[in-house]
Amino acid sequence: MQLLRSVLIRLGTTAITLIGVAVIVFFVIRVVPGNPIAMMLPPGATEADVARLTALYGLDKSIPQQFLIWVSGVLQGDFGTSITTKQPVLALILSRLPATLELSIMALVIAVVIGGGMALTGTRLRGTKTEAVIDVSNGMALSVPDFLWGLFLILIFGVLVPVFHISGRVTPSLQLPFSTNFYLFESVFRLRFDLWLDIVSHMFMPALALAIPLAAIIGQLLKQSLKETMHLDYVTLARTKGYSENHVILREALPNAILPTLTLVGVQFTFLIGGTVIIERLFSYEGLGNMAIDAVINRDLPLIQGIVILFAVIFTAVNLVVDLCYAALNPRLRHA
Amino acid sequence: MSYLSIKGLSARLKGTPHRILRDVSLEVSAGEVRGLVGESGAGKSMIGKAILGTLPESVEISGSSILLDGTDLMGLSAKERRRRIGASCALIPQDPLTALNPSRRIGGQITDRLVDILGWTRADAEARARELLAEVQIPDPERVMRSYPHELSGGMRQRILIASAFAAEPKLIVADEPTTALDVTVQKQILKLIAAMQARHGTALLFVTHDLGVVSKVCQSLSVLYGGLVVEDTTVRDFFRAPAHPYSRALLAATPKYSDPDGSLTPVPEEVIRNVQAQVSAADRGVAHG
Amino acid sequence: MLDGRAALKRRLPPRLLLSSIWLGLLVIMAVFAPYLAPKDPLAQDLMLGRLPPFWVKGAEPGFFLGTDSLGRDVLSRILYGSRLALMVALIAGTLTCLIGATLGLMAGYLRGWVDLLISRGIDIWMAFPPVLFSILLIAVLGPGISSIIIAIVVIDWTRFARVIRAEAMAQGAMDYVASAQVSGRGRLSTMVAEILPNVLPTIVVLLTLEMGIAVIVEAILSFVNLSISTDDPTWGGMISEGRTSIHQAWWVLVFPLITLFLTVLSFSQLGEGLKDRYDPVLR
Repeated sequence: MQLLRSVLIRLGTTAITLIGVAVIVFFVIRVVPGNPIAMMLPPGATEADVARLTALYGLDKSIPQQFLIWVSGVLQGDFGTSITTKQPVLALILSRLPATLELSIMALVIAVVIGGGMALTGTRLRGTKTEAVIDVSNGMALSVPDFLWGLFLILIFGVLVPVFHISGRVTPSLQLPFSTNFYLFESVFRLRFDLWLDIVSHMFMPALALAIPLAAIIGQLLKQSLKETMHLDYVTLARTKGYSENHVILREALPNAILPTLTLVGVQFTFLIGGTVIIERLFSYEGLGNMAIDAVINRDLPLIQGIVILFAVIFTAVNLVVDLCYAALNPRLRHA
Repeated sequence: MSYLSIKGLSARLKGTPHRILRDVSLEVSAGEVRGLVGESGAGKSMIGKAILGTLPESVEISGSSILLDGTDLMGLSAKERRRRIGASCALIPQDPLTALNPSRRIGGQITDRLVDILGWTRADAEARARELLAEVQIPDPERVMRSYPHELSGGMRQRILIASAFAAEPKLIVADEPTTALDVTVQKQILKLIAAMQARHGTALLFVTHDLGVVSKVCQSLSVLYGGLVVEDTTVRDFFRAPAHPYSRALLAATPKYSDPDGSLTPVPEEVIRNVQAQVSAADRGVAHG
Repeated sequence: MLDGRAALKRRLPPRLLLSSIWLGLLVIMAVFAPYLAPKDPLAQDLMLGRLPPFWVKGAEPGFFLGTDSLGRDVLSRILYGSRLALMVALIAGTLTCLIGATLGLMAGYLRGWVDLLISRGIDIWMAFPPVLFSILLIAVLGPGISSIIIAIVVIDWTRFARVIRAEAMAQGAMDYVASAQVSGRGRLSTMVAEILPNVLPTIVVLLTLEMGIAVIVEAILSFVNLSISTDDPTWGGMISEGRTSIHQAWWVLVFPLITLFLTVLSFSQLGEGLKDRYDPVLR
């Protein structure tokens, strides 16, 4: 009952947050200088043309009126029509969303593998030079944001040792048999490992750039809580039972040390998703973030609105999922 | 023939001259209960940790042998040593609130050694765990085995840890101040339980405590420690009749008696402390000179 | 803070020392750019396009770190670019700090509806993708240095507000605050006189870190060609150009990238170093 109540409260605040985001974006965008309608028309268009198009996009109404029309549309799944491409915003977003989701998930997996590996290695080899090296590299990785790591990766693996692709999502000349835009997953599903390799080779660099700061955070925090846990009595007791150090770390310490890390990873994962905007731009990766920047540059108001709202939905959803995971993993909360 | 025999065990903090144990020798026969008594910081817990191989990383031990059933543990590889300890020794820890893993069910924490280290089948191990939980007077063992530690009281948890310690029928159990963290009312029950279990299973017990009253009830022999040095090694009967060392006498005088709990207590006199400290320094010089 | 100064004299940790040296150097570069720069940062000469740095064959004397595709001197542009970077770091950092810390203090100390309003605001802000939001703001405000500063302040005030709010709440629960109030001090004056000094170390650390973030945001905005006019020398703009000509002229990307990297690293190491030394809260 307690759990249900807190879930309901969380859903309520989430709704308020999303409404707040919608209001702010809508009104911020409406003060954009530069008339998007004028940009759409060829030179020599008449006043009447402008008026007709303005009415078509509902831009002749007052801002609160526009907001109501937009909200009622959104509630019916209609996010409006993109001004530059003339396509429905929702369809555009959905066509790009898989690319960004795949990129974010791959980055998360990389971050967990690297960060978790560093934390476990550092704990196993505590007090040695290896641990000191891990600490220093974590500190460095944390100090510098994904944007700069992306540039370094481009230099190193794109120019110096060109082993990965640094531009795009897939080699343009390839024939893609896919029916969804989840290229990475579908290539596995269709057993097309040649395509899968090409896609991973495009995705790995931007994903790694996004993953480095998060990996450092996971490495640092998890190692710290592992080391604290290793001093606890139940770990000592497990040692006297005859278990090896590796076993003690993995089975006794890790499950208890992982909870504080998990909460933080949730928050940090939203930062990572936010980082896809610039990283996609940097690697010319055809995802949502890249489309968002184009939309801003082209003053495509309905599209910007839709993308920002979608990001907000993803952020709040991730936080919600993390809270639920936390409750599910913590036996104290589960049975309380 | 002693089951456990420690000869000349010394320990120090890594990188410092500060010694924690000074040339400690100690014997525990099969089925014997030996008390290890001293003030906090006397090094009594360190001896238990040295035997079980759970010393903190900051402590190094030197120039000694720890014979367990005739085999020198110091001569074994880390892995062999771990296996041998796991199979023949067990620990009853001090604080039952922190000695059970909060994210694992009780059942698994009792049976894990039997299954993973000793190669029992899961069914056998679980039957054994139920049997032991009943033996330590836990009602409804079935339900308790499915529980998580936070669902049980401190006294319950200590019973579980005692059951777990006896699970593999070890030859030697180290009890590290097993009642210190408990309520006074629970202390007595737990003490009785440990004594009863020890008697029934015939296990040798090294009972680490600062409480001479506890020693008089549970132990047959005892070693008194001061500053990492064994100042007296005797039977309980002789100790309480006529303690040989001045520090032991003073310690006894500073302990409340169960027969006369309101009787006056004498703090350990400074002169005694000075003498025993001189003895500790002399032991250090002995090491330094040869 | 006094014994802090004594500790500073005893032994400066290498990361504080090195980052201070680099940032000091950067200030000198920015202030004296017109005297230090060997060339006019805006002067184009297509005949001198994509000259490599001095140690590579084909280099021209005078163009120490080479030129970009329009023949502009890379070193001079980096020097002039440091002006914008540092200006944004100082002004945007300070403004963000003032606004964010004030809101955080009010929310954490005054509680009640003030807290409710500010906390809800923080929640909403946290749901925005920050980079996209800043790009959007620049598009709305139009390019220019003041737009960059406004965008950074609007996006990043929550960094301060969140931490300072929690800290002010913790301090507000302590006995010394209660005794100050019992002695007849007003709420606002208690806040300024009792709470503020205790959260000041935290604020200073956050400010240092924020300056590094401001430098990065400015670079990102220049990178997507939204910061100031595209001709003006900015590190982000140079990196953007370097990214497109990376296979022909790596130096156009590498030198501004290293400068940006060292600057961001220095601000962050300075902040972390200060945190270790002085801040009992964040440590």
